[in-house]
Amino acid sequence: MNIRATRLFVSAALFAPLLAFGQKNSCVDCHSQLEDELKAPVAALAADVHAEYGLGCKDCHGGAPDKDDVDLAKDKSFKGAPKRSDIPRFCGGCHSNAAAMRAFNPALRTDQLSQYETSRHGQLLKAGDTKAAVCTDCHGVHGIQSARLPKSLTFPWNIPQTCGRCHSDKTLMANYGIPTDQLDDYKASVHAKALFDKKDLSAPVCNDCHGNHGAFPPSVTSVASVCRQCHPSTGELFIKSPHKKAFDELGVGECEACHGNHKILAPSTAMIGADEPAVCAQCHEKGSRGSEAASELRRDLDGFESGFRAVKDLLAQARRKGVEVGDAEYKLQDVTTTLVTAKNLTHDLDTAGIAKTVADGETALAEVRAAGEKALDEARFRRRGLGVTTVLLVLLAAALALKIRRMARARQEREGSGDSKTS
Amino acid sequence: MAPKIGQSVWKFLDERFMLSQLITFGKKKTVPEHRRSFWYFFGGICLFLTAIQIATGIMLLLYYTPHIDAAHESIHFIMSGVKFGWLIRSIHSWTANILIGLLFVHMFSTFFLKAYRKPRELTWVTGFFLLVLFMAFGFSGYLLPWNELSYFATRVGTDIAGSLPFIGKGLKTFILGGPEVSQATLSRFFWFHIALLPMAALVLIGIHIFLVQTLGMSKPIGEQGKKEIPFFPDFLYKDALGWTIILVVIGVLCVFLPWEIGTKADPLASTPLGIKPEWYFTFMFTTLKLVPAHILSIEGEKLAILGFMAGGLLWMLVPLLDRRAGREKRSPLFTCVGLAVAAYIVIMTVLTYALPKL
Repeated sequence: MNIRATRLFVSAALFAPLLAFGQKNSCVDCHSQLEDELKAPVAALAADVHAEYGLGCKDCHGGAPDKDDVDLAKDKSFKGAPKRSDIPRFCGGCHSNAAAMRAFNPALRTDQLSQYETSRHGQLLKAGDTKAAVCTDCHGVHGIQSARLPKSLTFPWNIPQTCGRCHSDKTLMANYGIPTDQLDDYKASVHAKALFDKKDLSAPVCNDCHGNHGAFPPSVTSVASVCRQCHPSTGELFIKSPHKKAFDELGVGECEACHGNHKILAPSTAMIGADEPAVCAQCHEKGSRGSEAASELRRDLDGFESGFRAVKDLLAQARRKGVEVGDAEYKLQDVTTTLVTAKNLTHDLDTAGIAKTVADGETALAEVRAAGEKALDEARFRRRGLGVTTVLLVLLAAALALKIRRMARARQEREGSGDSKTS
Repeated sequence: MAPKIGQSVWKFLDERFMLSQLITFGKKKTVPEHRRSFWYFFGGICLFLTAIQIATGIMLLLYYTPHIDAAHESIHFIMSGVKFGWLIRSIHSWTANILIGLLFVHMFSTFFLKAYRKPRELTWVTGFFLLVLFMAFGFSGYLLPWNELSYFATRVGTDIAGSLPFIGKGLKTFILGGPEVSQATLSRFFWFHIALLPMAALVLIGIHIFLVQTLGMSKPIGEQGKKEIPFFPDFLYKDALGWTIILVVIGVLCVFLPWEIGTKADPLASTPLGIKPEWYFTFMFTTLKLVPAHILSIEGEKLAILGFMAGGLLWMLVPLLDRRAGREKRSPLFTCVGLAVAAYIVIMTVLTYALPKL
């Protein structure tokens, strides 16, 4: 008896984990035999973040997956697929519940639903517009991935495309009277270049300016605050400038008035000046005091920048010629900083400050220019040295060749005379 | 007056260094002259380049600092702050590469002329070890500037050594001086490069030259001509002509393509794409990339490394294996094997650069 009991116990201990591992899931069993959209969740769920945390169909849709019979499986707790208008609350059932979320990811915020309800999308949905974006439009349905994964729809370099799926759809957006060129504009922007070309994940995408769950177009008064999240020093300078008061009075969005919104291009001195396409010309009539000041600023900055480019070319030329100019290039980086500082100072219109910065930059630039010219002199010296050495070595080689030839002839003559003597 | 002083100096040196006897030996010694005697000059050129390496290496020691915080900076200083430092370093780096290339040429020319046959077996064996030593010189010297490329190439190279069966782990730890490329590695490589390898190379070069001088140059099998020229000064003048030409080539390379310093190594950075060792190791590197993961349930990489080791051993033992050549008979089989080995090395090296994503 004891032996039988022991055998039973050992068998149970061995097979219990296997039974647990192969737990029955009638949702998967049935849906894997269905087609198209009814089958899709089965495959997608394998890569889903919820499945990673051990959650299954039942945790969202309810039901009794341990029952074989469909009717028994769809018991009282079965919720089925939520209506589109119910999706935010459906997801919010867990994601707004701090106690529930703590068990899986304590760091994850639980205010998504309340934020969503303040968003334009949430407001439209509340007003009965079921075309408004809900959780699944941005995160996917089954197969939802953590935003930290590059394949996720909400990973930074996928966000423009995720938002663009609706916002570039002319038919869909026609109902709301909003443009559909934001995605194309963004892709042409300096931010997109940083994100896609330099793979800089800190570059702003749609949600960094509009918010994510609480997405809303920023108002005129809040545009500057949005930009200052990343460009604080520029914002500080602008507050000190006479433009601040004028823009406030005119009700113009601070940064956006000159830099645009989605298509923000890399700033250049071409934006400053009295004539189009300089942005100053949008408000300041030609010949006005503001226009004159803009022209002067442009002259100073352009002069500095062209000098900077010439020195950069000079160093590149020296490097191409094989002279080490690492130190000069390092110093030129300081001048780059000065140039950026001078350009940035245009935001507070402190002409004296800009003139001083440009003057300091010019002094530093002169030092680098001298180093570059010295490097080019060195390159010329090396080539001259090589020329002289090569001539000397070629002469030596020619002399050796002549000597070798003469010795060969002498040898032949000796051998010839030796042969004749022998014969 | 001047000739008298000259004669006295000569007499003084002659009595102490037996110069007259050396010259007499040089004049008596002859070198075969035939249509393939051109290949004899590569040995002399390699020796000349070795002398350049020693001279420039000693000069670089004046400013080079073998420390991970200062090595790259010291190379930068040599290239920009030291008068003619750029020239000395570029000569050293370019000559190293040309030297290894010419050592391969010298080895294959010797192989195809079957100059390894009796009684020159040891000349071949010492030459083989010299090539291995010079490749080790290249491997150790490559890390010394402590730049990104050299750092990661060393990591890749030592990882390969580490995958050797049985001795791999220990060998890798010994080469690196620890589990990874660090200050200990730089110190070791510096020590290998300027102390251990030069000593071993000087001994081997000494034996190699002694054997060449005592046994003389080998004539190709079937060479009927009995024409010979004196080693001194006739052959030496021809050698000097080769040296002069190679000097011009090195000068042009140094002025127009001075050796790069590269970006300072950052051990925390991720390995850059397309990292590869110096060109003379790439035929092995590409083979390891192409070899299947498993061959007959043995790890492909390990098998390939063992294959190279076995191949190297057989290559070294060629004088004993090629019995026909030993009997002064042509050995076309060995010529074909040599051609196949040379073609393999060239094709694999070209593939490394032509198809980097292989």
